[in-house]
Amino acid sequence: MRHLLSISDLSKAQALSILDTATELARVSEGAVKKLPTLRGKTIVNLFAEDSTRTRISFEAAAKRLSADVINFSAKGSSVSKGESLKDTALTLQAMGADAVVIRHGASGAPARLASSEWMLGSVINAGDGTHEHPSQALLDAFTIRKHLSKGAPDLVGLHVAIVGDVLHSRVARSNVLLLTLLGASVVIVAPPTLLPVGIESWPVSISYDLDTVIGAVDVVMMLRVQQERMNDLFFPNAREYSRYFGLTSQRLTLMNPHAIIMHPGPMNRGLEIAAEVADSARSVIVEQVANGVSVRMAILYVLLAGQSLEAGGA
Amino acid sequence: MSTHRYLLKDATLPDGRKNDVLIADGCIEKIGTNLIDAQATLIDVTGSIILPGLVDLHTHLREPGREDAETVLSGSRSGAKGGFTALSAMANTSPVADNAGVVEQVFRLGQAAGLLDVFPIGAVTQGLNGQTLSEIGAMADSIARVRVFSDDGNCVFDPLVMRRALEYIKKFDGVIAQHAQEPRLTVGSQMNEGSVSSILGLKGWPAIAEEAIIARDVLLADHVKSRLHICHVTTAGGVEIIRWAKARGINVTAEVTPHHLLLTDELARSYDPIFKVNPPLRSESDVMALREALAEGVIDIVATDHAPHSLESKECEWQEASFGMLGLETALSIVQKTMVDSKLMGWAQVADRLSTAPARIAGYLEQGRDLEVGRKANLTVINPSATWIVDRDAVASNSRNTPFHGYELPGVVSHTFFNGVATLFNGVIIPVGEMA
Repeated sequence: MRHLLSISDLSKAQALSILDTATELARVSEGAVKKLPTLRGKTIVNLFAEDSTRTRISFEAAAKRLSADVINFSAKGSSVSKGESLKDTALTLQAMGADAVVIRHGASGAPARLASSEWMLGSVINAGDGTHEHPSQALLDAFTIRKHLSKGAPDLVGLHVAIVGDVLHSRVARSNVLLLTLLGASVVIVAPPTLLPVGIESWPVSISYDLDTVIGAVDVVMMLRVQQERMNDLFFPNAREYSRYFGLTSQRLTLMNPHAIIMHPGPMNRGLEIAAEVADSARSVIVEQVANGVSVRMAILYVLLAGQSLEAGGA
Repeated sequence: MSTHRYLLKDATLPDGRKNDVLIADGCIEKIGTNLIDAQATLIDVTGSIILPGLVDLHTHLREPGREDAETVLSGSRSGAKGGFTALSAMANTSPVADNAGVVEQVFRLGQAAGLLDVFPIGAVTQGLNGQTLSEIGAMADSIARVRVFSDDGNCVFDPLVMRRALEYIKKFDGVIAQHAQEPRLTVGSQMNEGSVSSILGLKGWPAIAEEAIIARDVLLADHVKSRLHICHVTTAGGVEIIRWAKARGINVTAEVTPHHLLLTDELARSYDPIFKVNPPLRSESDVMALREALAEGVIDIVATDHAPHSLESKECEWQEASFGMLGLETALSIVQKTMVDSKLMGWAQVADRLSTAPARIAGYLEQGRDLEVGRKANLTVINPSATWIVDRDAVASNSRNTPFHGYELPGVVSHTFFNGVATLFNGVIIPVGEMA
C-alpha cells in the first residue's frame, strides 16, 4: 500500500491492520516517552489547500510522535493562494524530497490526481478532498466504535450505525459508509431528501427521513456538521426547522439505547445539529475521537511509510 | 487546379458498388470500371470506402483568442487528417463571433488555410450574454453567409430570447443550434448526476437539465414554425423528446458526438479531467439509446464538438479543468467502432450522418453531395479493415486533449480530397500548393 486516497483502496484485512496498529501505538502514547523512532529521517508535508486546523495538527502530532520531519504548507499566504497549480506545488514538494504528502483540498479527487500523476513519487494521504472522502476520519471513527462496542471482536459485525445530516456534501459520510460496511456494520443514513445525493440507491446503506424512528434502534449516532453555506441554498427552510427534525436534542437523547454512543467529526454547530448538553453528555465520545485521531493517523503513516503493520506483540 | 488529377482504383462506394473514380479539375470526372488515365496520380484504394467528404457541424477552432489551443489552420489540418472537407467554427471565440467582422475574419482564415471549408457559426446573443440578439442579419449577409447560429457553451436560456431568435432566422432559412443546458440545474456541475457522482463527490449534472430545454425548444420551434437543431444530445430522455417532436412534424434536427457514443461516466472515477466534457459523459444505457437513435435517424448527424484545450487547463484538479475534448481526428473511427462494426449502420448511413445530413442542415451546397460525375470532388477515403493506435503526441491539432490516447481504433483515413485537391495523401497532410 503506497497511498491512502479512499477507503475503497483498503481490503478488510488492511483496514483492520491499521486499527490494530493504532491500538498498539495508542498504548505507546500512554507511556512516559511518547515518541517512536520509526520514521526518523522521513519528511512528511502537510499540504493544506483548505483550512483545517484540527486535522492538520492531528497529522502533525502523529508524524512527530513517529520522529518524522514535518513541513506545513498551508493555503493562506502560500503560493497555492496565489494561483500556483497543483502540478507546480507537487513538483516543488518532490524537489524537496517529500516522502509523503498529507493533502487537504477543496477539490474532490485532488489527492488522486497527485497520486496518479508523475509529478511526485511519495505517498499521498488524503486528509479530506472536497465532498469526496476523508479516510483517516473514518478510520478513527471505526477505531472509536470498536473500542466502545465491539466487545473484543476485531470488526464491527452486528453493530448498527446511523449517520445523520448533510450526506450530500460530506466526505466524512462517504468514507464512513465504505469503512463501516467493510467492517460488517450496518449503516442507516438519516437526512432530509435534499441532502442526499442522487444515486445513493447504489450505496450499501438504508435510508430514512425520520430520525425519531431510527434513533432507538442503533448503537452509534454519528452527527454531521451542517455547513453555514447550505443555509441559503434551498436545502431546508431554515436552521430551526433543520434542528427540529434532524438535530440531536436532549429529547432524542432519551430515546437512544442505553449503551449507544454519540459521535461528531467536528467542528460542531452547538444548538444546530447537536444540542450543547448532548455534546457534553456522558454518551458523547466526541473528544475521545480527537485523541484517537492521533493514534490512527500514526498507524496510517506507520503502515504506509514503514511498510508494515504493528500488531500486538510485534512491536 | 487543372493539374490535380487522381485515379482511385477499386474503390468501394458507400452503397457497396466497386468502381474506379477519376478526379480532375476539382470535380469527379468519371466513375466506372477499368478507368485509365495516363496523367492522373494512381491511388490503389482496394478495400477502402470512399465517402463524401465529412462535414462537421460543431467545431471549436479557438481563433481568434486562444491560438495556443487551436488556430483555424491547425484545426483545418486536424480536420483534413480526420477526413473532413468542411468544418463549422463555433462562435464562442474571444472576441465572440457575434458580428460580421469576426465571422468574415474566421471565414477568410479558413480560405487562407485552404484545406477545407470553414463555415463560421454566429452567436445568437451579443457576447453570448443570453439577453440581446447579436447582429444575425449582418452575419447572414456577410461573405461568410452564416446560416447556423449558436451560443454553444452557453444555453439560450431565456425563453423569450429563444423564441425571437427562432423567429428572426426564418428570414433566410437559418437554424438555431441550441446547447441544451438548464443553467439553474447545473450550477457548478461537474459530471453526470448518478451513482458514480454520488461516490466521487463531484457535483451532479442531471439529465433533466438537458431534457427540459429540449422539450421547451421543440415546442417553441413548433409554435413559431422555425428550424431548431439540438447540439450534442447525451440522454435517453432527450432522444425520446426528439422522437416525439419529429413524429409531430416539428422541424428539429439533432446531433450526437463520437465520445458520447462510446464513453461513459465511469471514466470519471480516475478524476482525470481528460474525461471532463460539456455535456458530460453519461451512463451506459444513455450511450446505447444514442446509438440506436443515430441508426434510426432520430438523431440526424454526428458532430464532433472538437474542443481543443491547452495542457494546463487539463493538468489540474477535475473541478478546475476546462470542459472539452478533441474530436476531429478520431470521429470516423469511433463511428465505425460504435455503429458500423456493431452492425447498427452501414457505410451509406455513415455517409448520410457525417456528410449529407449535416451539409443539408447547415445549407453547405457544395458539401455532402452524392458521389456523381460532375460534382465537386469532396471525398474521404477510409480503410475499414486497418486499425491504428491513437497517440496524443501525434495529433495535427495544436492541443493534445484526446480522451482516446492509447486506444486501438478501427478505420484508417488515408486520403481526403477538398475540391478535387488532396489535403491528406496516404495519411500525410498536404499543405496547400504543394501537391501537384
